[in-house]
Amino acid sequence: MPAKASRAAFGEALVELGARDDRIVTLDADLSKSTMTARFARTYPGRGFNLGIAESNMIGVGAGLALAGKIPFVCSFACFVVGRFETIRISVAYTGANVKIVGTHAGIAIGEDGYSQMGLEDIACLRALPNVPIIQPADELETRQAVAYAVEHQGPLYLRLTRQSLEPVCPADSRFRLGRWLTLRPGNDVALIASGGTVFNALEAATRLQSEGVSAEVINAASIKPLDEDTLVRAATRTRRVVTVEDHSIFGGLGGAVAETLAEVAPTPLKRLGVTGFGESGDPKGLYAKHGLDPAGIAASVKKFLNR
Amino acid sequence: MADGQLDAIARACRVQIIRMLTHAGSGHPGGSLSVIDLLVTIVFGRLRHDPRRPDWADRDRIVLSKGHAVPALYTVMARAGYFPESQLVTLRQLGSPLQGHPDRVALPGIEAATGSLGQGLSISLGMALGLKLARSPARVYCILGDGEIQEGQVWEAAMAGPKLGQPDHPLDNLTVIVDYNRIQLDDFVAKILDLEPLLAKWQAFGWPVQEIDGHDVAQIGKALDQAEAARGTPALIVAHTVKGKGVSFMENNPEWHGKSPKPAEAIAAIGEILGVSEAAWPDYLRTDATTRALVDELGALDPK
Ligand SMILES: Cc1ncc(C[n+]2csc(CCOP(=O)(O)OP(=O)(O)O)c2C)c(N)n1
Ligand SMILES: [Mg+2]
Repeated sequence: MPAKASRAAFGEALVELGARDDRIVTLDADLSKSTMTARFARTYPGRGFNLGIAESNMIGVGAGLALAGKIPFVCSFACFVVGRFETIRISVAYTGANVKIVGTHAGIAIGEDGYSQMGLEDIACLRALPNVPIIQPADELETRQAVAYAVEHQGPLYLRLTRQSLEPVCPADSRFRLGRWLTLRPGNDVALIASGGTVFNALEAATRLQSEGVSAEVINAASIKPLDEDTLVRAATRTRRVVTVEDHSIFGGLGGAVAETLAEVAPTPLKRLGVTGFGESGDPKGLYAKHGLDPAGIAASVKKFLNR
Repeated sequence: MADGQLDAIARACRVQIIRMLTHAGSGHPGGSLSVIDLLVTIVFGRLRHDPRRPDWADRDRIVLSKGHAVPALYTVMARAGYFPESQLVTLRQLGSPLQGHPDRVALPGIEAATGSLGQGLSISLGMALGLKLARSPARVYCILGDGEIQEGQVWEAAMAGPKLGQPDHPLDNLTVIVDYNRIQLDDFVAKILDLEPLLAKWQAFGWPVQEIDGHDVAQIGKALDQAEAARGTPALIVAHTVKGKGVSFMENNPEWHGKSPKPAEAIAAIGEILGVSEAAWPDYLRTDATTRALVDELGALDPK
């Protein structure tokens, strides 16, 4: 499979699933070309709704549609849709409405548009809601499976997607399951836990580390909430060093979730890699280098963490 | 400043908008070109400010609520002396204070972080109220996109505007302008979520409303005068504009909301903005060294 943005894989998967399940509808807030639901709306006239630049209303309408038996996908940039947190909190989560929230343009990887368009705190916000699973697929295959899962899942759910293309990382026979992580590469000295767009970089970093005598395990944590406690604790117990790698704020994301679980269940030295301040404009490559999320940066942080 | 001079500045700013977006390889030309005549008329026609003292307490303030059009504001700020014009080409580059959307902390002279649509009018109300409470003579200008006013927060602010601060501190130091270019991101506004009847909506919320051609600097100036003369209330100006104004292939075309021109397109755009026909272009370049240099500069960029 060639590299593909998870938002693009999402848009295609939705068209396929829409043929089989007419409960599926899409809602957008003037970003349907960017969230890639435009094709669904064209394919199924009367099932794609563009509510204008009005995200709170979109979420509320989605909740109402869900209560009337539809399966609405409410879509925008992650920052804008999760930015309407309190509407999600009450109209979707507390109501128990079967709304699929889709946030695209996750992270600093969007580049030049800068901080105001970057989803950097969406995981932190939604982690606090008891009944909203958070899924961040790492490639096209996993995205298709995650979208299919979202349709099956009863209740609210959040899908975090990328603007940028993602190289395939999951084996062809792998299956996405909520609460399950995928060990993509075994290792003994340290466990790298990554999610979404950073998984490929973590794998590249592991290859570099190998040549320098460090054996790094790489785990794809697509299910950020609930996380896979078994896989996490087993990896932490064996490698005794854990590093999380995410394109999200260092506060409250995957790293935060891992820290909470390890501290309670299996205290293990942990290094969290992610975005420490606000994001900013720049070319995506340069931004990843600056924030230490490129393969070289990840490898360097791991070596420092291991005192090598 | 005479209207002809304002037009000349606006033309120069349009050229710089095209230039910086082409260097950046991304950005929003349509809404930058539709708003530039408004910005130029405000900044060079009346704004009381001092680029050397961007934190001067009594300065007039511009809140560009439709923050994605910030290249237009940068060209005006550079010309006014907030930073050197040579810095314009760093737009959207790593480390540049010229962020893709306005960053108040990174660039002195930017009054609010915008880019998430719908927030600027509320901030402007607060600024206007704060200035009133401080007995400052300063004015606040807030510029909204037409698509932007689909945001609910805009209508919360619209409802509050004529009421906030009454009776002792009415916000008659606030002028709000809607850049009514009839296009948003996905499509034409009327196709996504029509705003009409727009004037009646604002009037029903208590705003005095004027309607103008947002590319006619004389009309803009007059409307700004009238808004300033209003006592006891903030004022709204609905400026009818053309998205992509000045570049034929960008005008009225939703495609050009959020993509930058390639170098060849940029050069053609600059010719149009300067009003030079294709036939006269080679001669024009021979006599105008500045434009020649700019064309060479853009021609040297990666053609894709
Ligand atoms: C809250 C929010 N939602 C979505 C966007 C993405 N977006 C950027 S520009 C734009 C369209 C803006 O249209 P309009 O206000 O008419 O601006 P203009 O035509 O002047 O460019 C959208 C939807 C955003 N910046 N903020
Ligand atoms: Mg518009």
